[in-house]
Amino acid sequence: MISKFLFRGFERRINYVLAVLVIAAALVPLSNLVLDPSNPLHIPTFMVAVFGKYLTYAMLALALDLVWGYCGILSLGHGAFFALGGYAMGMYLMRQIGTRGVYGDPVLPDFMVFLNWKELPWFWTGFDHFWFAALMVFVVPGFLAFVFGWFAFRSRVTGVYLSIITQALTYALLLAFFRNEMGFGGNNGLTDFKDILGYNIQTDATRAALFAASALALALCLLVCSAIVNSKYGKVLISVRDAESRTRFIGYRVEHFKLFAFTVSAMMAGLAGALYVPQVGIINPGEFAPANSIEVVIWTAVGGRGTLVGPIIGAIAVNAGKSYFTAAFPEFWIFALGALFVAVTLFMPKGILGLFRQAMNKSRRHDTSTNPGLLKETTPHPEAAQ
Amino acid sequence: MFVIPSKSFICLLAILAGFVLGLASPSQADEAGLRSLIGQFSTGSGFSDTEKTIDDIAGYSDEAAVPLLRALADGTLMILRTDRTVVIAKEMASGFVLNDPLSLEKIGEGVAADLDKIKIKNSLRRKITDAIASMTLSAPRPKVRLKAANDILNRPDVALLEAVEIALSVEKDSAVSSALSAAKAAIILDSDRDEAEKLDAIKTLASKGGRDVATLLSRYQATTNSVTLQAAAQEAMVQINETLAMWQVGQNIWYGLSLGSVLLLAAIGLAITFGVMGIINMAHGEMVMLGAYTTYAVQEVIRNSAPGLFEYSLLIALPSAFLVSGAVGLAMERGIIRYLYGRPLETLLATWGVSLILQQTVRTLFGPSNKEVGNPQWMSGAFQVGEMLITYNRLWIMVFCLLVFALLLFILKRSSFGLQMRAVTQNRPMASSMGIRTPWVDAFTFALGSGVAGIAGVALSQIDNVSPNLGQSYIIDSFMVVVFGGVGNLWGAFVGAFTLGIANKFLEPYAGAVLAKILILVAIILFIQKRPRGLFALKGRSVEA
Repeated sequence: MISKFLFRGFERRINYVLAVLVIAAALVPLSNLVLDPSNPLHIPTFMVAVFGKYLTYAMLALALDLVWGYCGILSLGHGAFFALGGYAMGMYLMRQIGTRGVYGDPVLPDFMVFLNWKELPWFWTGFDHFWFAALMVFVVPGFLAFVFGWFAFRSRVTGVYLSIITQALTYALLLAFFRNEMGFGGNNGLTDFKDILGYNIQTDATRAALFAASALALALCLLVCSAIVNSKYGKVLISVRDAESRTRFIGYRVEHFKLFAFTVSAMMAGLAGALYVPQVGIINPGEFAPANSIEVVIWTAVGGRGTLVGPIIGAIAVNAGKSYFTAAFPEFWIFALGALFVAVTLFMPKGILGLFRQAMNKSRRHDTSTNPGLLKETTPHPEAAQ
Repeated sequence: MFVIPSKSFICLLAILAGFVLGLASPSQADEAGLRSLIGQFSTGSGFSDTEKTIDDIAGYSDEAAVPLLRALADGTLMILRTDRTVVIAKEMASGFVLNDPLSLEKIGEGVAADLDKIKIKNSLRRKITDAIASMTLSAPRPKVRLKAANDILNRPDVALLEAVEIALSVEKDSAVSSALSAAKAAIILDSDRDEAEKLDAIKTLASKGGRDVATLLSRYQATTNSVTLQAAAQEAMVQINETLAMWQVGQNIWYGLSLGSVLLLAAIGLAITFGVMGIINMAHGEMVMLGAYTTYAVQEVIRNSAPGLFEYSLLIALPSAFLVSGAVGLAMERGIIRYLYGRPLETLLATWGVSLILQQTVRTLFGPSNKEVGNPQWMSGAFQVGEMLITYNRLWIMVFCLLVFALLLFILKRSSFGLQMRAVTQNRPMASSMGIRTPWVDAFTFALGSGVAGIAGVALSQIDNVSPNLGQSYIIDSFMVVVFGGVGNLWGAFVGAFTLGIANKFLEPYAGAVLAKILILVAIILFIQKRPRGLFALKGRSVEA
């Protein structure tokens, strides 16, 4: 049944991206580990780590696209789910340090010894097992999204109001995680990791494996999202986006559809965070900053909202641009990012993919719009105008 | 300044002059007399001479000698070996800085080898404390006497009882007199007087009240052996603490109102733009920041060209900030936002982009560090109401906030522009059909909201760091106020801001500043579930409006 469901996700454009991701998952580690550094096809380890990071960002943008592009929920708090997933993974990695910490305590992480704590807080129990941490990567963001969405969607908080309270949510979490008393390392967060699943986290092989895992996870998420939006459920989701009241009046429980999408999306964001943390080696409360979550929105918008493939392209493109600019013209990056926000909303509301499709249509002179995400939405519905 | 060639003769003269003229108290002669007495430190030798000099200075009863005596007790009063001048020497990393013992002005620097410390012992220290107390208790300025009395209250010394009683018998100022009787009571508690008198003393202290008395009584209760006295002290403490708790509530309300007025100032412009046009302006915080930087720029110009105008710098900054932020707002509306009407989420993103650009522009122009904006004289300082401390800058900001609010209310309800604004809010197509130029109203409403944010920035520059990130710290709070209060209604923002401010300050003592803020955020998130359109929602017929 599941395979039948996923099978629906295969679609031409999605297939291309899936193929690219799977090939990258195989070839990039191979090139990094097997080829000699002098070989022109060799990919240096730092590039593997950087692109691994981009892939997790892409997964986050994809998660946001599921709710924003297909359901009209502009979440300004997706960074919170990402960070929560990251913290769950970080806690597992902290427990793996064991006696190799600065204070050499076999149970307590360094920051707890530093705070003079005597025993592990209850919510740290179980995080020494990978399976438990891996479960929590999905459960914690998913649960938060479920509870939050349950309240928000049931009372019909929509539009900018929803955006603002998601922002308040991530801001509240930011403040909370900054507190040392929370037991998550306060300001410094969790860092100084050593092992993952018994493998040294610093080695090239582990990094390559993490890259491959990120690429495959992204491919899987893409397939799941594609299957969701192409199912009957996905059609209702789109109708919620375009005319929420009308969908409700027809008889659909709009809030259930939204809640499902929101929860799935949060879990995906959590997974992205969990893959992000071992690759960058640190997770701290800064990940909860509202500005980060808004940046995710711009990745999605740049690539093309409501296309699934677009956000992946957008996240990688914007972050590659960021890496380049912050190294070459550090002063200039913020200007470029700000201008990007303005330009994308004003001139390319459908993102890179929209421009591409426009160009294709112009040359072919006919409209092949079969993808639901690119339904004609040139004239905003009167409801949306409020 | 004295050069001291034949000291004894001049000393004699000076003492004579001091004694003769001192009663008429021409300060010149006073100082001369005092100086000659100080000179005795360098001529005398041994503790008895020092003691005599202290007595002499105490007899002189001039409060100008207080710092000198304090220095003597601290062991920083020294004699310069070269010319036997008496100086107050402060030890620094590089050596000693020498100050004049009376004027306290810097007169030179020296090293340890040049200086002889005037030696004292514990009995002399006692004498010095007493001398300082009696001198300050009889000082001509009531402020000095009040401080002296309060010092004694905090560190009662049985030896001072007589001095306090004498001072009390001649005291005319009621505030000083009450402080003195409390000081006397505090000393009596420490002395060996009988129980009845001590009970009276506790009563006196209880009627005085205050934090100092409470600590004094609790200390006393722990040390005394008498059960009656313990009970009396306990009772007095309960009474005092009740009053203190009431004042604490008052203080919390004041802090809350103060925070509320800051929130209202920051949010009010947002209430206008969001209320009338439904635009979430993420660059709103940057308008506040621009206002604060305008204040900084105005003050810089004034400092460089017309320092005399500094006291009026804020009054000049107000219209400038309004114009600067308003112009930026107008440009934003005309250049970007008007193309995005009907797409609120896109507007949110575009204005966020603008906020990034504005921040970075300011960072490039002014640098990333905090800028110092000066407080004019009338904005600095504080005054005490009972046990409450009220600072002038907070008070003025509250007054200013209410003025701005009243002015905006007036514009909205009484002016023709306000009428048009409200018409556009309530029914855009109808307003348009009636001949109102809705795009024009939109543009100027946005400019007005931004301008108000700018003048909020002038006020906030007085209490907050002026840095490119200033706006970011207010933007989420402002949203919370507007969303909580409900859009399209200034009173919503008003009630929202003050409710959040007071709630925050009442939670803080129990939960700590950060947790209080988190609790407030969570409370708002829950509140929005209950009333998705805020406290004062606009009524409408549209399904999703």
